[in-house]
Amino acid sequence: MTVHNLYIFDRNGNCLYYNEWNRKKQAGISKEEEFKLMYGMLFSIRSFVSKMSPLDMKEGFLSFQTSKYRLHYYETPSGLKFVLNTDLSVTNARDTLQHIYSNCIVGNTSRGKNDAASLGGCVCVHSVISNPTEKHTANKQLETHTLVFAHT
Amino acid sequence: MVIYSVYVVNKAGGLIYQYDNYVPRAEVEKTFSYPLDLVLKHHDEKVVVSFGQRDGIRVGHAVLSINGVDVIGKNTSDGKDILEYLKDPSNYPVSIRFGRARLSSNEKLMLASMFHSLFAIGSQLSPEAGSSGIEMLETDVFKLHCFQTLTGIKFIVMADPRQSGIDALLRKIYEVYSDFALKNPFYSLEMPIRCELFDQNLKSALEVAEKAGNFGAGS
Repeated sequence: MTVHNLYIFDRNGNCLYYNEWNRKKQAGISKEEEFKLMYGMLFSIRSFVSKMSPLDMKEGFLSFQTSKYRLHYYETPSGLKFVLNTDLSVTNARDTLQHIYSNCIVGNTSRGKNDAASLGGCVCVHSVISNPTEKHTANKQLETHTLVFAHT
Repeated sequence: MVIYSVYVVNKAGGLIYQYDNYVPRAEVEKTFSYPLDLVLKHHDEKVVVSFGQRDGIRVGHAVLSINGVDVIGKNTSDGKDILEYLKDPSNYPVSIRFGRARLSSNEKLMLASMFHSLFAIGSQLSPEAGSSGIEMLETDVFKLHCFQTLTGIKFIVMADPRQSGIDALLRKIYEVYSDFALKNPFYSLEMPIRCELFDQNLKSALEVAEKAGNFGAGS
C-alpha cells in the first residue's frame, strides 16, 4: 500500500500544493509543466466523461487506473481539486481526500490563512497503512494522519 | 448489469468501430405555457437547458422534440429557430421533450481521439516506471475499460460499474476482431470495420458477457 504523490489545484488550474512520498519515475518535464499537464488531463477527462456518460451524473469522474498506479480525484463545490496517486491496492481514497479537505484546508482558511503559500506550508499528509481489523474496512483503506505545521 | 457501448480505436487514435448496445434514454415530456420558466441556450448546434432545473429536466438536457415532432439541431422540423419559436406567445401551450442529447458520429470520433490522448498522458504522468495507459476509468454512473493490444489497437468498453468479467470480454472482442476483421480479405488495416460477421459475433459476445456478469455480481 503506497501513496506516490498528491496534487491540490485551485479552480483556475494553479497548483496550490504538491508533495511526493514514493515516486519512482519523474515525468521528464519541469514541475510547472507537469502541473499544467495534470490539470489539463483532468479537465479533459471531466469533459469527456460528462459527454460520454449514458445517464446524468452526480459526482462525475472518480478515479482511473493503469497497470501500475491508480489516480484518485476529488473536487469540492468551490472548485478545489485533489489528486492522489497510489498503488493498485487502494480502491477508494475519496474519503481520505475529503478528510484532507475538511480538516486541513477548511480548518486553515477559517483562521484567515487562505493564500496559496500558506496553504502549501501548512499541510503535510502522512499516510499510514490502516489496521485491517478496523470495523469499517472491508477492503484495505488508506488512513491518513495530518500534520499541520505552524505557519511562521 | 449492462454494457453500454463498445469502441475500437486504431493506432493513430481514429475511431474505427462503434457499437451502442444499450442506450438508456431518460426523457421527460411536459406541456408548458407562456412564459417558459426554463432558460435555454444554444450549445454545440443544439438547444440546451442552462437554468431552471425541475421535474426531471436537468441542466444540460437538450430539446429533443416539440409537440411530438423531433427537432433538427437548433431548428424545429419546419426550419424555424427554436428559441425564436418559444419566445412567441401564440405558439403556446407547447409540449417539449427534454433528455440527454445523443452523441452524433462526429462527436464520437472526437471523444475517441480524446481518449486516445488521455490514455497516453496517463502513462506519461505515471509515478511508477513501466506503466501502461489508462486501463479503467471510473465514474459514479459507468466504468470505462480499455485494452490496448501489442499492435496499438484499443478496445474500449463502457459498462455499468458493477458489471464483472469485462477483462475477459475485452480479450474476447480482440479474438472476434482477429477472426472476423483481420482475416477478412476485403478489410484494410486501421480502416473502419464494416464486416457483418464481426458485428454478429461482437453482439453475441456482449450477450454472453452480460449474462455471465449477472451471475458474478449476484453471488
